[in-house]
Amino acid sequence: MSSSTHSSEDFSLAALRAGDRAEFARLVETYSGFIYRLALKLLEEPQDAEDVLQETFIKAYRSLPNFDGRSSLSTWLYRIATNEALMLMRRRKINQISIEEPKETSEDEEQEPLQILDWCCAPEAELMSSEARQVLDQAIDTLPESLRVVFVLRDIEGLSTLETGEVLNLSETAVKTRLSRARLRLREQLTGYFGERMRQQAMEEERE
Amino acid sequence: MSHPGCHEFLSSLSEYVDGTLDESLCVEIERHMADCNNCRVVIDTLRKTIELYHVTAPQPSVPDEVRARLFRRLDLDEFLGA
Repeated sequence: MSSSTHSSEDFSLAALRAGDRAEFARLVETYSGFIYRLALKLLEEPQDAEDVLQETFIKAYRSLPNFDGRSSLSTWLYRIATNEALMLMRRRKINQISIEEPKETSEDEEQEPLQILDWCCAPEAELMSSEARQVLDQAIDTLPESLRVVFVLRDIEGLSTLETGEVLNLSETAVKTRLSRARLRLREQLTGYFGERMRQQAMEEERE
Repeated sequence: MSHPGCHEFLSSLSEYVDGTLDESLCVEIERHMADCNNCRVVIDTLRKTIELYHVTAPQPSVPDEVRARLFRRLDLDEFLGA
């Protein structure tokens, strides 16, 4: 889950800076999975995710001679990838017809829990169904960009608060605030979905 | 969230479920939860929400053809079989 399984020390920075192809191939092999998943979660489109993946390593290769090693290699790569994905997201938004745009709410509002329903004990098959997975993905999609990116880095990619802050150039407090808002909004949406499913099931059982 | 005090805790719940919240605030939340079923449900479903995203996160792997195109684009064909 965590990107920290490989640390910068696993790679020879001198070789990378000098343009060593084999060492660069090893870097690509190690991090491409994480970067592809990150881009896919942010953009949803496999073609866009592939573009981000390619651009990230092209830019990384060009910038490696100037990499100062102040952050870890993984954080640095994540920063390039996140910026690429955000650029694509913004470009896509401009081209989008407004009625197709998912309903986004302002990022600086605390989501007041409106739906109080305990769906924790819903059957495993219900929680893990392919429909539920779709609902989970769509819920991420409705988050404002600034919350989505924090949620994906922290809760999907498993970066620490500190690492997420380094990638996005945010303070740890800002990361925590955005993560809290993202999670509360997602909880609200999942409660809407699972609550409705539980209601339907109860009705079916009554009929039987 | 029916008590007047519930709103105060809202912004702390995320850190509470992560176990990174100040101990004194945790105690306050737990004391409140004992009397407030709504907040208990919100905390439980918040925890479950995060857990669901964790367990359903796909493995970080790149499809073979995407990997092949990446290596080609980067001029790393010779390492593709590695």
